[in-house]
Amino acid sequence: MTAFGKLIRTTAFRLTLVYLFLFALFAASLLGYFAWNTRRLITEQITANVNAESDEISDVFSRRGLRGIVFTIENRALRPGANLYLVTAPNGQALAGNVGSLAPGVMASTGWVETAYRRLDEQDSANHLALVRVTELSGGFRLLIGRDLDERKRLFGIVAKAAQWSLLVVVVLGLGGGVFVARRVLRRIDAMTGTTQRIMAGDLSGRLPVGRSGDELDRLAENLNAMLERIEALMTGLKEVSDNIAHDLKTPLTRLRNRAEEALALSGNEAEYRNALERTIEESDALISTFNALLMIARAESGQARGDMDEFDAADVARGIHELYEPLAEDNGLNLQVSTEPTPIRGNRELISQALANLVENAIKYGKPLPSQGAEVPLNGEIRIEARREGGLVHLQVTDHGPGIPATDRKHAMERFVRLDASRTQPGSGLGLSLAAAVATLHGGELRLGDAAPNGLTATLAFPASAGHRDGVASQTSNVPQKVA
Amino acid sequence: MRILIIEDDRESADYLVKAFREVGYVADLAGDGEEGLALAESGDYDVLVVDRMLPKRDGLSVIGALREKGNRTPVLILSALGQVDDRIKGLRAGGDDYLPKPYSFAELLARVEVLSRRHGGPAEETVYRVGDLELDRLSHRVTRGKDELTLQPREFRLLEYLMKHSGQVVTRTMLLENVWDYHFDPQTNVIDVHISRLRSKIDKGFDRPLLHTIRGAGYMIRDGLR
Repeated sequence: MTAFGKLIRTTAFRLTLVYLFLFALFAASLLGYFAWNTRRLITEQITANVNAESDEISDVFSRRGLRGIVFTIENRALRPGANLYLVTAPNGQALAGNVGSLAPGVMASTGWVETAYRRLDEQDSANHLALVRVTELSGGFRLLIGRDLDERKRLFGIVAKAAQWSLLVVVVLGLGGGVFVARRVLRRIDAMTGTTQRIMAGDLSGRLPVGRSGDELDRLAENLNAMLERIEALMTGLKEVSDNIAHDLKTPLTRLRNRAEEALALSGNEAEYRNALERTIEESDALISTFNALLMIARAESGQARGDMDEFDAADVARGIHELYEPLAEDNGLNLQVSTEPTPIRGNRELISQALANLVENAIKYGKPLPSQGAEVPLNGEIRIEARREGGLVHLQVTDHGPGIPATDRKHAMERFVRLDASRTQPGSGLGLSLAAAVATLHGGELRLGDAAPNGLTATLAFPASAGHRDGVASQTSNVPQKVA
Repeated sequence: MRILIIEDDRESADYLVKAFREVGYVADLAGDGEEGLALAESGDYDVLVVDRMLPKRDGLSVIGALREKGNRTPVLILSALGQVDDRIKGLRAGGDDYLPKPYSFAELLARVEVLSRRHGGPAEETVYRVGDLELDRLSHRVTRGKDELTLQPREFRLLEYLMKHSGQVVTRTMLLENVWDYHFDPQTNVIDVHISRLRSKIDKGFDRPLLHTIRGAGYMIRDGLR
């Protein structure tokens, strides 16, 4: 598309054309009104003037008779730029005046009429137009007094010329303005288009230029930039995941492959083959669950799970998870407790259950009391699940009294595939905390890691309480935590 | 048992057919949705195993068409998607069970067997019996021989589920789904711990164990060893 073609296709330019048309119409009607009013004014003036003179001359006739009126008219007709005068006898013969010819029948009736005429002293045959009044005098004489309308015509010409010029000026200025505005807008749109094309080509760091005027284009650019931020963050997350998958899944895959190869190479007996195959299946099951966890995290982070949210009491989740894990904790020499109060939230129950399960599994795996602490610490071996309200938030908290996580490592511990040194010997994918954090974020909350007293770790899923219940319920129930187990 | 497998991936389909035949079942194969629907309508199958994504007609629409015509054959949906809402969608479309890929054949077999029993089996009884173990679903009483056993509510539900499917393998995932209603896979042996508690209550002190661990698959309750 040519630059001009692009220009005249812009919205700004098309709007200019519409405005231009409207302004031209406005100017034309203004001038039209002006012309019409002027014409009326001139006509009124002529009428008044002619009426006065007509009365005056009728008066002369009534006082001094035919001789007097002829004298007066001959006298007045000689003045330059004079009115038109004509006096006729009852038989229609002209007696005095400066009118050479008239449209036929003008003298036959009395009153006002517009007529073509020619002066006596004029040589050319061009007819002029005049506004005349014919009056009946006594004795059948008739008097015509009129005024040439050239003045009115000239004035009309002036107005028409003014109209032409002003229209021309409106059109030229309008088009110029339109092109100017359209080009300005077009330049900015072109800049935006250029940026978006760069972004589409793969450079996600590009941002649209934002002006200082805060106009609609700036607002649009700001919004698009915010959108790009989000996309970039998602893309970075995705890249991180794929990098991590590449790094952390290749290791177990390699192990899997080596084991199969080894089993093939060594000519063992059936029991050995069987053993190798079983371990292969175990290994691949672990891989599958890692994949599942990754997918779940991705789904939570992309906000896809927002569709299936409903209202429920987080306390039910806490009690359910406690019920599921209590025997496991006991087998591990730990004492799993739960305390709840009504904590209504809106969310994906399945995901929140899984997030809490992950925290409890972590506590069971890593929350064993340190051997050095001995039996004098009464809380040793206790893991507590709590569901409680904190202002407008609902806390699902798991507290253990194991070694805890140093403050400097906490952020790191929530990243995907990160396994702190203490946990390397335990089975696990390194995704439990990442999933819990992603689930918290999905629900507009966060995962907080903190210190437990006297030692140990608190892992807290903090969610906004469900809207309808945020007030009232807390004051009734917050002081009576319900002890279960 | 006659099983129809509707699956477009030739290799996994052949594997399934072979594996089902090895355990003594008749398995037919359809490679796309249209063929699958036609076979399912004409044949007399006990269970359909349907992949979600199929050429010509997707799995959910095959199930929908069958259900619309009044065909109530139990359907197990296989899906590579494996998300929570995906499972709900599948069950809503008329599926009876849902298994995300990749799956183990043991898991699939256990579920198919439970499905076929559910379909053709006897009506829900009020008292389940395995050997001298009795569970009364109305009075919530469990007895073994002359002894009355005291079970926690969840242990009762666990035993109830196992006894409802006595003689059939139930997997850990099936237990987590049906007894606890959770659909995630725990990283720990949490189900095993519950089973061992239950076992200590129903089998400890008795000569004949009833609750058996099936290696690589899950658990089964039955009178006598396999």
